[in-house]
Amino acid sequence: MGRYIVQRLLSSIPVIFLVTLISFSLMQLVPGDPAIMVAGLQATPDEVERVRVQLGLDQPFHMQLLHWYGNLLQGDLGTSFLLGRDVLEVTLERLPVSISIAVYALVMTLLVSIVAGIIAALRQNSWVDQLVMTIALIGVSLPNFWLGLMLIVLFSVHLGWLPTGGYVDFREDFWGWLQAATLPAVSLAMLQMGLLARITRSTMLEVLRQDYIRTARAKGLSERKVVGKHALKNVMIPVVTVIGIIFSLLLSGSVVIETIFSVPGIGSLLGSAILRRDYPVIQGGLLLVAAMLLLLNLVVDVLYAYFDPRVRYRNGK
Amino acid sequence: MANEIVGGATAVAPADPAPRRRSRWQSPVVRRLLRHRMFVSGAILLLIVGLAAIFADLLAPSDPLKISIRTRFEPPGAEWLFGTDNFGRSQWSRVLYGARLSLMIGLGVVILNAVFGTLVGALAGYFRSLDNLLMRITDAFMAFPVILLAIGITAALGPGSLNAVIALAAVYTPRTARIVRASVLVVREMEYVEAARAMGATHWRIIWHHILPNCMAPLIVQLTFIFAYSVLSEAVLSFLGLGAQPPTPTWGNIIAEGRQYIREAPWITAIPGIALAMTVMGLNLLGDGLRDVLDPRLKVQQG
Repeated sequence: MGRYIVQRLLSSIPVIFLVTLISFSLMQLVPGDPAIMVAGLQATPDEVERVRVQLGLDQPFHMQLLHWYGNLLQGDLGTSFLLGRDVLEVTLERLPVSISIAVYALVMTLLVSIVAGIIAALRQNSWVDQLVMTIALIGVSLPNFWLGLMLIVLFSVHLGWLPTGGYVDFREDFWGWLQAATLPAVSLAMLQMGLLARITRSTMLEVLRQDYIRTARAKGLSERKVVGKHALKNVMIPVVTVIGIIFSLLLSGSVVIETIFSVPGIGSLLGSAILRRDYPVIQGGLLLVAAMLLLLNLVVDVLYAYFDPRVRYRNGK
Repeated sequence: MANEIVGGATAVAPADPAPRRRSRWQSPVVRRLLRHRMFVSGAILLLIVGLAAIFADLLAPSDPLKISIRTRFEPPGAEWLFGTDNFGRSQWSRVLYGARLSLMIGLGVVILNAVFGTLVGALAGYFRSLDNLLMRITDAFMAFPVILLAIGITAALGPGSLNAVIALAAVYTPRTARIVRASVLVVREMEYVEAARAMGATHWRIIWHHILPNCMAPLIVQLTFIFAYSVLSEAVLSFLGLGAQPPTPTWGNIIAEGRQYIREAPWITAIPGIALAMTVMGLNLLGDGLRDVLDPRLKVQQG
């Protein structure tokens, strides 16, 4: 087990290196002179020059790269042009907001889609199955930002049940948080719910065809026991493996969803940074999110290896 | 992203009926596809959107850019089928022209994706010495959430449809490359590849004539889904102001513009979203159908 973890850690080093390289290179994609883009077209040559030095753009490429890595190792992701504050500080400050909504959406996704997927599989081809699968298909096809806007129209403008946006810290007022976070979480979760309901259903169908299920039924176990004890465990394996993907989708969606609901999370931070070309925030935010996902996938893989020894041996070579 | 879904239909492909006098033109794959309900409904949905996009200038009597103060915020009805927006422009025209741009961008991403994804995937799968390097690079790209990286790239390159296409192709290519690589790894061990090698065929001949044609099924399925995600992601980019710039209508920027008037004129936002969902759903259905028929065992794991 220990060997597997070490191996997995070592193999992620080149990936982490490349991830940082990609984040750095984004700045190099800016056509023309990034200093002018950042300073604005109305800036005087002096101002442009100041920005250039501030960004280190007056230095050759390899020096910029070394500088960036040097800073990175010290936890310095640069300074936001707009906020004039440390990028790492700003992103870490906003991260709990995004994570609280992502976790809410994740819990919602898991509860709804696993139950729906299992029910659909148990009643394969019935009207319940058809209904669940149709809703799942609509779920994976709806643009989340549009769904968010429509939910605002329905639940906030017409019915007035939930606020149109904003955020309340869950540590201060849990009920307020729940009200503010529900619509963003639903908009974020819709796609994942559709995906996971379909995965759960097809896995369940596969599991139900297995010999051990037939054995369990043959020895007279109740259907509840067969499904709850024998089938469910095996259905959970693929569910665990896609949690990384689901989390990645949730964070992806947060840029638009947080912008729409004016939630002060990392997504809306990135959204406004994009509009105002605040490159250090874009670079740093992307890097931080990628690092988080790498870590999450690492944890998922290790857990997976722990629960399923075959993985350890296959990769242990 | 969504490729790991095993379609709504069970993974069992409909049994091929006894091969009676099968006409040359009646390929069993085509017949099975035409009997697949999801595939057919997806194809119909796409046909509607596709025809609307192609014949946008015939179907839309008024110029999508024509501004008219007197006709602002007309609700959908007999005179204005989809209503008008804050500039009094016909929503019907704008949504149709938006369909054209959306499909063209999706197609552009799919083409670039097919070319580069196949190239990288074939190189990695065939030349084992390149595999590790190329796969680590794809891993690194896939470590970023799709939309976030696409946003980062378009933000750097500058807004515009062409840059959106480039960004989305860059983001999705590693994913396609992985799929191609996985099938190349299987096919390269086949006996006929061995035979070609023994006969002294060059690497390129082996890859092009013997390996790639047998990797098509998963690639086609993958590209259908990539088409769906590209249309969806492009809408996100132009919603954020990173795609085609107004007044050029795209579904994403119409929704963004309509957002300000969502209380008074919700149709401006609602209608392009429905068009978008219809297109994506059509592509998803098509992809599910293709997967069930072309490769029923296909369960691609993809981040």
